[in-house]
Amino acid sequence: MKKDFFSKYTVISIISVTLFFVIWYVLTAKMMIVPAYVMPDPLKVFGALLRKFTVKTPDGATLGSHIAASLQVALMGFGFGTGLGVPLGILMAWYKTVDRVARPIFDFLRPIPPIAWIPVMILWLGIGTEARAAVIFMSAFIPNVINSYTGIQQTSQVHIWVGRTFGASDFELLTRVAIPSALPNIFTGMRLSLGTSWVSLVSAEMLASTRGLGYMIQIGRQFSRTDLVLAGMIAIGILGGLLAVILEKVENRIVKGRQGYGK
Amino acid sequence: MEYQKYIEGRKAVITCKNVCKEFDIRDRKQAGSFRVIDDLSLSIYENEFVVLFGPGECGKTSAINILSGLDRPTAGSVFQGDTQITRPGIERGVVYQSIALFPWLTVMGNVEFGPKARGIDRTQSRKRAQELINLVGLQGFENAFPISLSGGMRQRVGIARAYANDPEVLFMDEPFGALDAQTRYMMEEEILRIYEHEKRTVVFVTNNIEEAVFLADRIILLKSCPTSVKQEYIIDLERPRSYTAPRFLEIRQKITRDMDKAL
Ligand SMILES: Nc1ncnc2c1ncn2[C@@H]1O[C@H](COP(=O)(O)OP(=O)(O)OP(=O)(O)O)[C@@H](O)[C@H]1O
Ligand SMILES: [Mg+2]
Repeated sequence: MKKDFFSKYTVISIISVTLFFVIWYVLTAKMMIVPAYVMPDPLKVFGALLRKFTVKTPDGATLGSHIAASLQVALMGFGFGTGLGVPLGILMAWYKTVDRVARPIFDFLRPIPPIAWIPVMILWLGIGTEARAAVIFMSAFIPNVINSYTGIQQTSQVHIWVGRTFGASDFELLTRVAIPSALPNIFTGMRLSLGTSWVSLVSAEMLASTRGLGYMIQIGRQFSRTDLVLAGMIAIGILGGLLAVILEKVENRIVKGRQGYGK
Repeated sequence: MEYQKYIEGRKAVITCKNVCKEFDIRDRKQAGSFRVIDDLSLSIYENEFVVLFGPGECGKTSAINILSGLDRPTAGSVFQGDTQITRPGIERGVVYQSIALFPWLTVMGNVEFGPKARGIDRTQSRKRAQELINLVGLQGFENAFPISLSGGMRQRVGIARAYANDPEVLFMDEPFGALDAQTRYMMEEEILRIYEHEKRTVVFVTNNIEEAVFLADRIILLKSCPTSVKQEYIIDLERPRSYTAPRFLEIRQKITRDMDKAL
């Protein structure tokens, strides 16, 4: 299915976004309902965003190196959280013993919000990359386990029957039937994980960091640079969106033949 | 008599002796065991097309699951030749009531699944799969995913998939139950064509009398739940059969009169 880029809905979306910026501009730059240091106009914010690519003040680094620092930590935490969470969820769903061993611990960890890990991680690992990566690992790990687990559990009984009548062993049933059939759920888990990773990354950087977009925002606040704070938020939004799009592309390449996935 | 003459010189492929099946019920009003099959004994002979004909919900799928080895009987035993059937195996292919194609595999992937799981040489299994895809009339759809196929086409894939392991016996559980009348007539002719081309023993389950008389060498009429054999009929009509020939209608009427009306 090819998407018509200039379909009616694309036009509507473009108009809505444009309108948002126009109203913002009119309210701040023209009508000046609030002072510029409280809410700068969009042109100033985008100007600050672009300038930050070369300017190191007030936080000691360019936007590029903040982004690099954030991405590095986020991908590391997300990578380990997925790399360990998905297999654990699969094994818990497939092997009762693994479930019995892992579930009590997992059920205890599950309700703890990821950012609640920040203080203890700082105590254990300092304010370096490791502490932040560990916090993000926790955020990514949990949704991955839950969704992979659910996906495997939802494997259709008849699909298992088909596999068995073809003489597949228990392990082959797992790898050739249960895991492929759980892929949409596994990717749902990865998407949720990516979202929470990005959210807790910024929280972690605000509290324990000397580099990264969260840190940049934090310093911007201390210097009352509202334009930089907003620029940082926009960068976070755009990058988060980009990561989600990349994951979706990967998903569409791997998951095929299901409802809602192109042919 | 007629039956004795029919089985004379034929080799029994499947022998089912005094099979009973009870399910443990916990989720219904009266807990306890629920008897679905009550003393079922029958024989299936080499290369015959047998139709198991019984009213809805009488236990046909339960019977097929036991004959194919997917489920164990509560009492009694099932043999294929001289060996007792205790688990599913590649000597017995099954086409399931719900079709149950693997949605994550293409038509080719589905048909190849069995040979691949068996570890058959790739080029050889590909060649055989292509042969079967052509036989069921799906050439050109090798790379299509099941989601994009019509009900009739999906069932063709299900049939090709079951043939792909060259089983000695093929069980087909109401394969055309979900199709509209016209597609159903067409598929009935197709299945006979495939049967002539790839001679195998076929055990075909249906609750449609017209379909039963059209297809069968022999019809085994089942009682309503708990089920067992009520009556057997040798259908010695010439093929291709006509749904409206006087002899056809006569047989159809006779069996309809004999079947359990209860339910
Ligand atoms: N695993 C099970 N546990 C409990 N009850 C079962 C189970 N499988 C089947 N039954 C019950 O056994 C009865 C017969 O079911 P079965 O599916 O064998 O019938 P069927 O003749 O194939 O029906 P249909 O014509 O709808 O395909 C039903 O009442 C069903 O609820
Ligand atoms: Mg059934």
